[in-house]
Amino acid sequence: MEWLPSSSPVRLLEQPDPDYALPEASRLLAAYRAMVIGRRFDAQATTLTKQGRLAVYPSSRGQEACQVGAALSIGADDWLFPTYRDSVSLVSRGIDPVEVLTLLRGDWHCGYDVPSARTAPQCTPLATQTLHAVGLAHGESRKGNDTVAMALLGDGATSEGDFHEALNFAAVFRAPVVFFVQNNGYAISAPLAKQSAAPSLAHKGIGYGVRSEQVDGNDAAAILSVLDSAVAHARAGNGPFLVEAHTYRMEPHTNADDAARYRSPEEVEHWQQRDPISLLERHLRAGGHLDDATAERIAGEAEEFAARVRTRMQEEPPVDPEDLFRHVYAEPTPQLVEQLAQLRTEQEAL
Amino acid sequence: MAPTSMAQALNAALRDAIAEDERVVVFGEDVGRLGGVFRVTDGLQASFGEDRCFDTPLAESGIAGFAVGMAMAGFRPVVEMQFDAFAFPAFEQVVSHIAKMRNRTRGAVGLPIVIRVPFAGGIGGVEHHCDSSEAYYAHTPGLKVVAPATAADAYSMLREAIDDPDPVVFLETKKLYWSKQDIELPTTTEPIGRATIRRPGRDATLIAYGPTVPLAVAAAEAAEEEGWDVQVVDARSLVPFDDETIAEAVRGTGRCVVLQEAPGFAGVAAEIAARVQERCFHSLAAPVLRVAGFDVPYPPPKLEHVHLPGVDRVLDALARLQWDDQPDAKWLDGVRSQEDAA
Repeated sequence: MEWLPSSSPVRLLEQPDPDYALPEASRLLAAYRAMVIGRRFDAQATTLTKQGRLAVYPSSRGQEACQVGAALSIGADDWLFPTYRDSVSLVSRGIDPVEVLTLLRGDWHCGYDVPSARTAPQCTPLATQTLHAVGLAHGESRKGNDTVAMALLGDGATSEGDFHEALNFAAVFRAPVVFFVQNNGYAISAPLAKQSAAPSLAHKGIGYGVRSEQVDGNDAAAILSVLDSAVAHARAGNGPFLVEAHTYRMEPHTNADDAARYRSPEEVEHWQQRDPISLLERHLRAGGHLDDATAERIAGEAEEFAARVRTRMQEEPPVDPEDLFRHVYAEPTPQLVEQLAQLRTEQEAL
Repeated sequence: MAPTSMAQALNAALRDAIAEDERVVVFGEDVGRLGGVFRVTDGLQASFGEDRCFDTPLAESGIAGFAVGMAMAGFRPVVEMQFDAFAFPAFEQVVSHIAKMRNRTRGAVGLPIVIRVPFAGGIGGVEHHCDSSEAYYAHTPGLKVVAPATAADAYSMLREAIDDPDPVVFLETKKLYWSKQDIELPTTTEPIGRATIRRPGRDATLIAYGPTVPLAVAAAEAAEEEGWDVQVVDARSLVPFDDETIAEAVRGTGRCVVLQEAPGFAGVAAEIAARVQERCFHSLAAPVLRVAGFDVPYPPPKLEHVHLPGVDRVLDALARLQWDDQPDAKWLDGVRSQEDAA
């Protein structure tokens, strides 16, 4: 039964688990700091959307343990394949927050340098990036590297065909991939019960021969511990690993969504009680690893972080119309050269 | 010089590319031990091992998406989509990711992937085995789309496609797999992006690609009996497209018919006809015509000969081009009666 996930999600902050060790306090404190900064960034991005500075922003408020856990459990040489909701994960990975927001600001489709960040462009179609992660992981292992690829996805994406093809390919090729499903309860408005009749999304790994586990997505210690073991499993050449985190998106799908139409205030309130930052903070304080002064210092860092993002986002960097033609092919086709000439004429007439 | 089939030429191109560049990997459904259902990958796994030529699970989106990751890791994947319509499950990966990665990453990540698609009909296949999908791909910026019609072009263009830093949809005409040409391999023909004149002629120009090239040549030969000296241009490369060679050819004859096997509406022939018209209007003695398949789902084997353009349909089109000499041509009556009504 080694393929079967635990019967209930792994938790560590409130209770010990025989199979998973509590991460060291220093690691938990680092996660706490990243989560506080991540939440402040998320709030700032939401505000920027209300101000019209971002076209759209899909908040991950409430999912900080998952967002930060994903970034902290992989190394600098590993690859991350994120979705549009994983901006906080990218910030935690150390990518410039303004570059993270480039897509949503509308300057270009991806703002950071993909090869050096070892982070794929944030993916908008669902589950397509999981196959890219599998191909890359297989390619890197073929080159003799022990690189791991982590693919982030939500519960809705597990209904897409590419998710299933990716699990199957990964298992057949024993590719070092971690599929990290952040089950936040809703695919826009459709609840999990409309996505899947499986006992858990983690169970979906079993049929493909993919080792799987489910974890409390609001318990940062459990996330780190489970993802650490999943990454180690993949890195050691044991093939892919699927982790399902049970979490909740506190905000609507995006600013364009009305979450009140499909979920109750009681439900939101229930999850508010399991806020991932509060859970971790309570644990760190109880263990004597966090005091008021440190918490205040971290809160101050988060404020400064947000202020820097705010200031830089008020600048309007010029966009170059000729960029349209620069990155379609390595060498522009004769047709694009003609169209560039047309564009220049149009621009000069302005 | 030895008679070489297009399938053999493609096999040789893959073989040489794998031998010369360790980044080249060939994968897809049944390409390993079987050598592909058309035997294009015959013997590659035996010669180079499973690292270089391997079977994947039966999942086309998986194949295409896996190729994206392999290319990001520095490989040059050459994937086979077993039949044209089987590639449709991979469409999202092809148009949303393979075509766009260079653009999304501002040039930082190019995807040198070749997607080999056995395409078009005339082989008596049952449904989903004979579709022509070139317009879908050609309509997607970021993809190159080519359709060789000779064994020499098959070899040369496949080698070039594998070396290309950008993704190339490589359309292999199924019914030409077994057509032979006396050639010595390796060989180099015109580069991708260039059209070529297959047959000289003064009276009219037929523009063809892939499956319609031999048709155009046969029609030109038949037209000769009617006293028409018909030129045949093989477009070869749909993206990038060789406007220059083709416009020059049409200016030389003043009459043009564009041939494709796919349904005519919103097809590549329509695009070519429009481009020719834009460039050659003052040299044209007649409207640019299209000869295409009907706008119907690809028919069952016993009806495909009705759907597919044949020599007669091309000759009819050529006859319609003589309208300035035949002012009473039937099709013109139709136009005139519409004008009168208006």
